[in-house]
Amino acid sequence: MTCSRRTLLKNVVKGTVAAALPVSAFKFLSPAQAKEAVEESTVRWGFLVDTTKCVGCGMCVKACKKENEVPYDAPVTRTWVERYVVTKDGKTHADSPMGARDGFTDPKIRGEEVVDKNDIAKAFFVPKLCNQCEKPACVQVCPVGATYQTGDGVVLVDRTWCIGCGYCIMACPYGVRFFHPVYKVAEKCTFCYHRITKGMKTACTQACPFGARQVGNLKDHDDPITKIILNERVAVLKDEYGTKPNVFYIGLDFNVR
Amino acid sequence: MKNHVLRPLWVAIAFIALVLLARYILVPKDFGVQGGSFTYNFHRASNVQEWKDFPIKYLGKEVCVECHTENGEKLASSPHALIQCENCHGPGLDHPETENPETMTIDRSRALCLRCHADLSYPESNRSIIPGIDPNEHNVDSECVECHDSHNPDLEDM
Repeated sequence: MTCSRRTLLKNVVKGTVAAALPVSAFKFLSPAQAKEAVEESTVRWGFLVDTTKCVGCGMCVKACKKENEVPYDAPVTRTWVERYVVTKDGKTHADSPMGARDGFTDPKIRGEEVVDKNDIAKAFFVPKLCNQCEKPACVQVCPVGATYQTGDGVVLVDRTWCIGCGYCIMACPYGVRFFHPVYKVAEKCTFCYHRITKGMKTACTQACPFGARQVGNLKDHDDPITKIILNERVAVLKDEYGTKPNVFYIGLDFNVR
Repeated sequence: MKNHVLRPLWVAIAFIALVLLARYILVPKDFGVQGGSFTYNFHRASNVQEWKDFPIKYLGKEVCVECHTENGEKLASSPHALIQCENCHGPGLDHPETENPETMTIDRSRALCLRCHADLSYPESNRSIIPGIDPNEHNVDSECVECHDSHNPDLEDM
C-alpha cells in the first residue's frame, strides 16, 4: 500500500478533528435536559384577576399595605382597586379613594352624586397591581441597575442601590411604581416575593374572600391558574405598549385604562 | 513629547485610575447580569435573597384554626366562611410566640363591615348579591357587632 504525502497530511487532519470531537457531542438531549443545561428557571410567576368576582371590599389593599410595610395612611399603595360606573348616557365615572384601602362604601364618586340607580348601564371593580412585564419599561430606564427582573420573572427594586431618580416611576405605563415615603426609593409590587417563593399565596390573594385574585406559575401547565389563562378568554392591560404583562384579566371592559 | 503636554495627560490618567479604583471598591462583587441580559437583569445578586427574607405577616386561616378550633368550625359553616381570620383580627405575625397574646388588634368597626355590606346595588357586579344596608339609615350610631355575630352572621340565628 502506497501513501502519498498529500493523502497522509489529509488523513492526519481528518484524524485530529475526529479525535477532538468528544462522544458527548453526538448525544441527543431530551427537552428537559436541554432546558436544564441552559439553567432556565422552571417558574414564571403570573397573576389572574377575575373582575367579575370583585366586590370592591379593598381587603387586598389593606392586607398588602400591612404585609409589605407600606405606610398605611400615606396616599401610596402597591395595589389598588378602581371603580367604574358607566351610565346610560355613555359617560364613564371612575375613582379609587385611597386606592380603595377602606373599600367602596359610598355611592358618590369623587364626592359627587352620580346618578339615579336606574341610569347605571354597568358598574364594576377592577383590581390593579404590578404586571411583572416580560419586557419591563421601568427596568430598561434604570440608570444604576437598582431594578431588575429575577429568573422567575418578578421585577424587584434594590433599596440599597436605588438613587431615587424616579425614571422608573415615569416609565411604567401602568403607574404601579411610587416613591417610598420612608426609604426614599422607588417602590413597587413584588408579587409578595417573600411569600410566593415559600409556596404561599400573595397577601392580596389570600385576603380576597371571593377569589378575584389568583397567583400561579405560568411555566407549569398543570397549574390551575395557568390552565385558566391558557384555555379561557383573558385580556391584559395596555397590550399596545409591548411590555408583555403577566397579569391577566377576566371580564375586562374597554373603559378600563 | 514636551513636558507641558505630558503633564495634563498624567493628571487625566491618574483621574481615570482613581475612578476605576473607587468603582472596584464601591461596586459589590456580586453585581452583574446573572446569566440574563444587560437590559433587564443587571443587578446585585444578593438582593434577591434580601427580598425573600422579608418577614411574612399574614399567616393564613389554616394556621389560626390549629389552636382556635372552635371559632374555626363555627366560621366554616357560616356565610363568612370565605373570609380570612386575619382580615378582621389583623396580621398574625409573632402572635402565639409573643408573651402577650393580646397584641393582635381586632377591628370591630362599622367601617370594616361596610366594605362589603354598604349597599351600592350595581347591576352586573357581585356586590349586589351581598346583603347591603344604607349606612346613613341603618342604626347609624351603633357598631354592627353589637347585634350581629361576625362569626355566624346568619340573620335567622340572631
